Amino acid sequence: MKTKTSLTDTLLPPVTILVMGAAMYMALVGAPNDADQGPVQRIFYVHMAMWLATFSAFGLVGLASLLYLVKKTEVWDRVGRAGAELGLLFCTLGLATGSIWAKPIWGTWWTWDPRLTLTLVLWMIYAAYLLLRNLVNDPQQGASLAAILGVSGVADLYLINRAVYWWRGIHPAVVVNKEGGTGLHDPAMRAALILSLLAFFLLFTWLLRLRLQSARLQGDVDRMRDRLAPGY
Amino acid sequence: MLTLIWKDLLIELRTKETVASLLLLGLLLLVVLSFAFDPTSPLRKEAAPGVLWVAIIFAGTSGINRSLLREREQSCLQGLLLAPVDRGTIYLAKTIANLLFMLAALCVLVPLFIFFFNLPFVTTIVRLLPVLLLAVTGFSAIGTLFAAVSLQTRAREVMLPLLMLPLSTPLFLGAVEASAALLAGDPLGAVAHWLQLIAVFDLVFLVVGWLTFEYAVVD
Amino acid sequence: MPFALELSQLSKAYGRARAVDGVSCRVAGGEAVALLGPNGAGKTTLLKLCSTLLRPTSGALRIAGFDAVDEGSEVRRRVALLGHDAYLYPDLSAVENLTFYARLYRIAAAARRVDEIVDRLALRGFAHRPVRTFSRGMLQRCALARVLLQQPTVLLLDEPFTGLDLEARANLHAALAQLHRDGTTLVMTTHDLDEALRLCSSALVLRRGRLLWQGTLAGDTPFDLRRHYAELLATAPTDRRP
Repeated sequence: MKTKTSLTDTLLPPVTILVMGAAMYMALVGAPNDADQGPVQRIFYVHMAMWLATFSAFGLVGLASLLYLVKKTEVWDRVGRAGAELGLLFCTLGLATGSIWAKPIWGTWWTWDPRLTLTLVLWMIYAAYLLLRNLVNDPQQGASLAAILGVSGVADLYLINRAVYWWRGIHPAVVVNKEGGTGLHDPAMRAALILSLLAFFLLFTWLLRLRLQSARLQGDVDRMRDRLAPGY
Repeated sequence: MLTLIWKDLLIELRTKETVASLLLLGLLLLVVLSFAFDPTSPLRKEAAPGVLWVAIIFAGTSGINRSLLREREQSCLQGLLLAPVDRGTIYLAKTIANLLFMLAALCVLVPLFIFFFNLPFVTTIVRLLPVLLLAVTGFSAIGTLFAAVSLQTRAREVMLPLLMLPLSTPLFLGAVEASAALLAGDPLGAVAHWLQLIAVFDLVFLVVGWLTFEYAVVD
Repeated sequence: MPFALELSQLSKAYGRARAVDGVSCRVAGGEAVALLGPNGAGKTTLLKLCSTLLRPTSGALRIAGFDAVDEGSEVRRRVALLGHDAYLYPDLSAVENLTFYARLYRIAAAARRVDEIVDRLALRGFAHRPVRTFSRGMLQRCALARVLLQQPTVLLLDEPFTGLDLEARANLHAALAQLHRDGTTLVMTTHDLDEALRLCSSALVLRRGRLLWQGTLAGDTPFDLRRHYAELLATAPTDRRP
């Protein structure tokens, strides 16, 4: 069993660190203070990035789930699990940063703002996904069940989105649409945002690869253990 | 498929288990939630649709669970899986049976709701009918699928609400919002978008359920 | 006539453990095969795979000429499983259960067939009582009725004689022997070597999910079979895979 380090593995960590460094610089120093909100607004750069990571993870879990149900190869199950774990992580951080941002700006820790609510629902779906895996006795069956949840989640996403937005008013502070067009006009702010998004996306990818490698190695260890000392 | 539905209805007729538990739990929730609001406060009127749907959803969750649990006795589900029937068909039959049970329970719960909240009888029923029908269909669709999923886990009955409820957000929000508007006297057109959303939800989960039920029950 | 069962490197894994491991064999139509092996050998898993209750992890499986994975419905139409569970709804009566299954399997003239079977298996006395009240023997008889209704090409049996009294055993034996004479392929797991010899003409021996031996039982006296079986289990190589 060899551990090859591919080019991506070698390049990814330093590139991520570099971009993250640049992003943090821009976010904390480079970009100017927001006219209305003051320095607190800077958290937005991280918050948006968390959001991007959460949604990417969600999409990934959905795709992996579908592919697992169709192809039944273990790889997709691992991708689904890794994606869900990272998704849960970034979702939690997203909720936390959103909350921290909300307190000084809107005066409360939590509002039933549609985006926050949506993120909360996603968080619960992620948590249910991971809990489901842990509570099933047979790992193969667990993988199938979790995949069903994964597919359902993605199929439902648009509907949840619509429902939550209709239920509540619009996101007050910054209006952001899917393409990433923002209400930000200052080029430095825009740069900070883009760098931040890129940095966290790279971080997400790096962590995903690490997690997948760890899962694959675990699978190898299990198989070897089985060969050397078979028995149930 | 009709055979499967007939079987479920026949068993239910004998034991009345599912509908009874639906009714009792629903009634209990209606009462307890009514306690949560002071009878004289105006909040009560506003909270009414929420109370109704919480009662329906939690009672429904329990009812659907029982209905699927019944197949586990004597491994009857295996008996069905051994038959030359498409797994998706088993799912649809179960969903329709569960839907019928819920509708039966609603026939008692809705009048009780009207009674407790002092609403005009016939108008309320007429106004709420479309929402009730659409939402309960979707609820049965997603509930049957995830009940089958959750019964495979160690946590069984706890697992079902955990899995179902976050995903049912569009259903719940839609049902409550539409009910509130309709009860307040808004015309059907005003809530059309909610009804459409619920209808799409129904369709999505019927399809997902039909396609994936097999993976939930066959190892 | 196609083979009743064709297994090719069939495997079923549960996580790390392999309940069935690379089993390949063929069973001709009309044979009565005893599936032997110690507990945990994978016999029940193999039966479940053959009845499409489980999906194989790898390998190919054809029953009565149809692929078990792609043509599951066709397989299920021709295969019946008689095991520990009766698959009968406790709150329905015997007749209702049988009618339900008759309709599910699209059996022609369902009502009449159900009537015939009820009489044939002497269930008339209990026919309209809920299955919940049945004794084990009656449950087995009712389960057998369900199988006879279906008229399967291949009948899989999972330790069918366990827990039956002498009379029930005799009845079941007679019914199975009749089915065999009529051309049904039987595959039966059992720990009772006498029963295996009386009903079956060949045997498959499993251990730890792998096929140890396949051959005919003709000419074996009970003593020989026991000795042969014990030898097989004693001398089987330890599982060290390449």
